[in-house]
Amino acid sequence: MINYVIRRVLYAIPILIGINVITFVLFFVVNTPDDIARMQLGQKRVTPEAVEKWKSERGYDRPVLWNSGVEGVRKFTDTIFFRNSVRLFVFDFGQSDSGRDIGYDISQRMWPSLAITVPTLLLGLLTYISFALLLAFFRASYIDIWGVVICVVLMSISSMFYIIGGQFVIGKLFHLVPISGYDTSFDAVKFVALPVIVGIVGGLGSSTRWYRTIFLEEMNKDFVRTARAKGLPEKLILYRHVLRNGLIPILTGVVVILPMLFIGSLITESFFAIPGLGSYTIDAINNQDFAIVRSMVFLGSVLYIAGLILTDISYTIADPRIRLE
Amino acid sequence: MPVIFITDFLVFFLVFMVGVFIWYSRRHEHLHAPWRQVRENPLAMAASVLLGFYVLVGLLDSLHFHPRLKEAPTGAPAYSAEIASVLDVLAEGLRQRVEKTYSAPFATHAYAREVIDLPDGRQVRDYPRLRYGGRHLDDPAAEWLPDILKKTLTGIVLGTLLWLGCCAVIIAGLAARRRGTFRSEIEGILRRQRPTPWHVILATLGGLLITGTALVYLSGYYHVLGTDKVGQDVFYQSLKGVRTGLLIGTLTTLVMLPFALVLGIMAGYFRGWVDDVIQYLYTTLNSIPGVLLIAAAILMLEVYMTNHAEDFTSIEQRADLRLLFLCMILGIMSWTGLCRLLRGETLKLGEVDFVLAARAFGVDHVTIMLRHLMPNVMHIVMITIVLDFSGLVLAEAVLAYINIGVDPTMASWGNMINSARLEMAREPVVWWSLSAAFIFMLGLVLPANLFADAVRDAFDPRIRTLTA
Repeated sequence: MINYVIRRVLYAIPILIGINVITFVLFFVVNTPDDIARMQLGQKRVTPEAVEKWKSERGYDRPVLWNSGVEGVRKFTDTIFFRNSVRLFVFDFGQSDSGRDIGYDISQRMWPSLAITVPTLLLGLLTYISFALLLAFFRASYIDIWGVVICVVLMSISSMFYIIGGQFVIGKLFHLVPISGYDTSFDAVKFVALPVIVGIVGGLGSSTRWYRTIFLEEMNKDFVRTARAKGLPEKLILYRHVLRNGLIPILTGVVVILPMLFIGSLITESFFAIPGLGSYTIDAINNQDFAIVRSMVFLGSVLYIAGLILTDISYTIADPRIRLE
Repeated sequence: MPVIFITDFLVFFLVFMVGVFIWYSRRHEHLHAPWRQVRENPLAMAASVLLGFYVLVGLLDSLHFHPRLKEAPTGAPAYSAEIASVLDVLAEGLRQRVEKTYSAPFATHAYAREVIDLPDGRQVRDYPRLRYGGRHLDDPAAEWLPDILKKTLTGIVLGTLLWLGCCAVIIAGLAARRRGTFRSEIEGILRRQRPTPWHVILATLGGLLITGTALVYLSGYYHVLGTDKVGQDVFYQSLKGVRTGLLIGTLTTLVMLPFALVLGIMAGYFRGWVDDVIQYLYTTLNSIPGVLLIAAAILMLEVYMTNHAEDFTSIEQRADLRLLFLCMILGIMSWTGLCRLLRGETLKLGEVDFVLAARAFGVDHVTIMLRHLMPNVMHIVMITIVLDFSGLVLAEAVLAYINIGVDPTMASWGNMINSARLEMAREPVVWWSLSAAFIFMLGLVLPANLFADAVRDAFDPRIRTLTA
């Protein structure tokens, strides 16, 4: 088991190197820092001196890959590649283009993100599983057919509609909660409630339908037929056999997104003005702060790969028949 | 004078490919049989009628040209610098009737109060009459409702006539193919004796034609979906958004398909180090969160475009290139899922007898992959294409909100939502722009989802054996 985990982590390293190279090529080779400087300073009427000043303020005035002007190891370390890409591997994100410490910002902004994503995930799972079990219980009846139709309709509605609609109905018409904002103390509850509800409703269609197929697949299996033949009541079959076996694919499917909860949701956070990592990224995109976007690409990829590793491990815990080689 | 954008060319190339594919699958039973099953599914057919309307609008909007100037002197014809599409010409009235600012659907008066000079020299602060909406009414307060009812009724009658005409043509065509009489064909359809649910198709067509004609007829007199901040007709903008939505959904697939097919089949067929390299490639790309990669790529495109502004002759061309680039980036993102599926399926197929036999006969690798493997993974490709479509259309709106979607000058539902979302805070609420964009989106995505479900049910071998 431990051997397997170590091997999986080692396997992640070449992937991270690949991601690092892709972001490096995108941000420093396709467009050189000169191009970026010129755009941020206002296109054509920019003097070369201003470009140089912009670059030296942000440390982009070094050579790209190899610094022949200095001695020893610094030939390699005193370059853009090392300072801006290699150091990401130790989570040293450096400074944003506006001069703030990215690592500190991330550590501060991850908590509001978690305050939204964790309740959304837990309450969402509860809701989706309950609805899916209900539909599976009434399978092939009108409740089931119309339930699936409603799921497809819900799936076809844009997520923006849920957000705007939720803000309008709950926030503006009924004045139940503030439309947007955030608070650090326990008062945060009233700010968190609406994004969580919107998040749950937004995923209702696709998740319920997906979980329903999982439960239906379990219901067609032999052990359920045996349970029925034994004369177990349908309710007991549903809770003891179908639900417990159906939870395996559902929970292992959830594990992959667990690390991503730190990042939060981009549009939800931005609409509800929650100071999490999602809105941090959006602000960076809008302000064209390339250092932050680069860091978030790397952080997101690391978390995603961590999710994949956790998923593989959770399979073995959930289902002992799977052997790790 | 015609103008061909790159995306226009790709759209018609796509139509051509679909045509070739239909011709191909008619001659191959393993593809024809599932499609027949889709054709017999009433829900899927109703959905495809609706999708057909969207495609028609999108295609009309993809024929671009420089309109000829009317006041051209004799001799060489002069062309305007602006670029229009066939849809623009058809909806010329809608495009020209621009109000000052917001107005509600079917309104005769503006949304905001203004100072109006009365004929007797006094000034009052009131809602001014619209320049175009309901201009033909002398006394809007009294005539407004009866006029709308009358015009709606006329539109419905016209639409019904159009529908009956279409029905007659379709039924006559069917009768000719079956060598029956017109009367017997009607009876056959009404008694639901035809394998294809024609009664559903004709009913959907009727609903669409009647509402469509009524809307178009009314839009000659009113702004049926209101006007936006700069006074443009929302109905016209929603129609213009159709092309963008369709392009994002289809071109993305077209761009990624060759990569996914070639690499997926190669990985599954050759195995060994080829498999390792390809797996490494798609795991790496897949690990980068989608939105962030798109953001990074679009930011880079913006840098490139501002630094090479002289390369782009017109705003339309610039917007078009950005759309194409967005499709390519989205394609790179969605390429990996299909590639993984194809690899898995090819791994399985590589062990099947006919492939082993072909290898024993010394058939070369390319032929085996083209002739023996590719036709047998086509069902996966088909399911993926239709399943991805609706997600991509929805993603467009989200990307527009983050400012990394299509060009802000381009008509798209995402841009409509993005520019209208702040108006919910106004009093009274400006709801029509948002609602129109959401309804038009739902009208495309819902049928696409229903159609995709039918296609998946027909092609997925696992489901086919379950129901059999």
